[in-house]
Amino acid sequence: MARTRYAPDRGLTARMTATMFLLGLVFVAFIALIIGIGAATHGSTAVIALFAIVLGGGMLIGSLFYSDKIALATAGARVVTPDDLSFGSMARDIHGIVDRICALADMPKPRVAIADSPMPNAFATGRNADHAVICVTTSIYNKLTPEELEGVLAHEMSHVAHKDVQVMTIASFLAIIAGLMIRMAFYSELFGGGGRRSGNDQNAAVMIFVIMAASIVVYAISFLLIRLLSRYRELAADRSGALLTGQPSALKSALIKVTGDIAKIPQKDLRTAESLNAFYFAPAMGFSSGASLSKLFSTHPSLERRLAELDKVQRQLSQR
Amino acid sequence: MGFLDTLLGRTKPVQPKLDDLFALPSAAITLEAGAGFKPTGSGSVCFRSVEGKSFSDVEKDVRDLLNVSSGNEGGLPVEVSKDSYGFTWLVSSHMSDELEALVTDLHAVNSALVDNGFGPQLLCTLVAFRDDQERRLALVYLFKRGTFYPFAPISGERRDNALELQVKGVIGDDLKFEPDLTRWFPVWGAPGL
Repeated sequence: MARTRYAPDRGLTARMTATMFLLGLVFVAFIALIIGIGAATHGSTAVIALFAIVLGGGMLIGSLFYSDKIALATAGARVVTPDDLSFGSMARDIHGIVDRICALADMPKPRVAIADSPMPNAFATGRNADHAVICVTTSIYNKLTPEELEGVLAHEMSHVAHKDVQVMTIASFLAIIAGLMIRMAFYSELFGGGGRRSGNDQNAAVMIFVIMAASIVVYAISFLLIRLLSRYRELAADRSGALLTGQPSALKSALIKVTGDIAKIPQKDLRTAESLNAFYFAPAMGFSSGASLSKLFSTHPSLERRLAELDKVQRQLSQR
Repeated sequence: MGFLDTLLGRTKPVQPKLDDLFALPSAAITLEAGAGFKPTGSGSVCFRSVEGKSFSDVEKDVRDLLNVSSGNEGGLPVEVSKDSYGFTWLVSSHMSDELEALVTDLHAVNSALVDNGFGPQLLCTLVAFRDDQERRLALVYLFKRGTFYPFAPISGERRDNALELQVKGVIGDDLKFEPDLTRWFPVWGAPGL
């Protein structure tokens, strides 16, 4: 019986499970609170909550279905065929690498898109493997060697395999709802409360304040948890990508090249790229990795952390 | 990948399927009768090498093994080459009527890698054919799917799709063919073709 060299990383799995469990717990607690308040105030807040959930759900499904189109449009990227010569031989090279990764991993081939951008980056998007798009910028193609580029593309293909667009979109449902609740509670207080205020209405007004405060707290907690989850998903994709190509050091040198450069790029260029951050190979914002606050808010793990995790993969692969 | 593995971001590397490779010699007879393509006697195994000493030891063992087996039968030594994508190709050359020996060689490479835990690194195996007009054709075996597909390169990195579909028509019943045409990916400049 052949042995396997590809044991899962239990620590990472446990941390990811804990994060998702906490996110679910906050969600359930939030819903329970809303229902409780709704029952106490004879439904006026329940209507707000229901409206928020329906609207939030609609936004969620919309962003899931159009994730590829939205991301490509924001990045200014275009889907290319292997014969497309408008970027020189780039389209053919990328298709060639993606072909082989797909054959190695037994995955359906995603579409390939190219963005003509001075930012060295790559991302994967699309609601499932059949609608996946992998996008690379011209600058990352020019900066990296074919082996490094293969490492980056294997990382992105792992995002597709892990269905990260789905997982992160669903994970952000809680934040969307909480965000909508804050806004709607605010407006209903603004427009609903004026003039006639009997005892019962007074009570409802207090409750709306409670909902607003709870929503703000939930929003803050879920925001941090989503960022934490995003960082774990990045580590998981790094790991799977490196195991797939068998070359953790190629991915390491790609990370060093790309993150080193991004920090130097002026903010002006980044304005349009901000909303895409969660799906990028490296975040476009140049946080200093030392500050603990920026670590907490960041969608991607620090370079040191990612390199350390890839060292583990390297040791695992060279075991006798 | 299961639901839980997806949720937790765990990818299980896909293990190769090796058994169907041995169907090749009988399919080659049908191919010669039906389309006039004869095996050239050369074939290759393509895999993604893993960094570290453990893998390079296995690679060296495999090379020694093949050199010994071809040495006994007076064959050519095994050639090793690396392509522009960083994949390694081991090319084994036999006489054109020794297809079975070639397939045995190729299978030895595959099982050596699998036995040492590097099965997921195997990409494809390729056996070369020619017809009287010197048209080139390869039957490519995809390890992860356990299926075959034809690859017929012509000049200028283009492929003869008509010939490929014709080959599928001739030996489609003898071999497990890859039904998904999007996975018939080209292997330009493959050694041994």
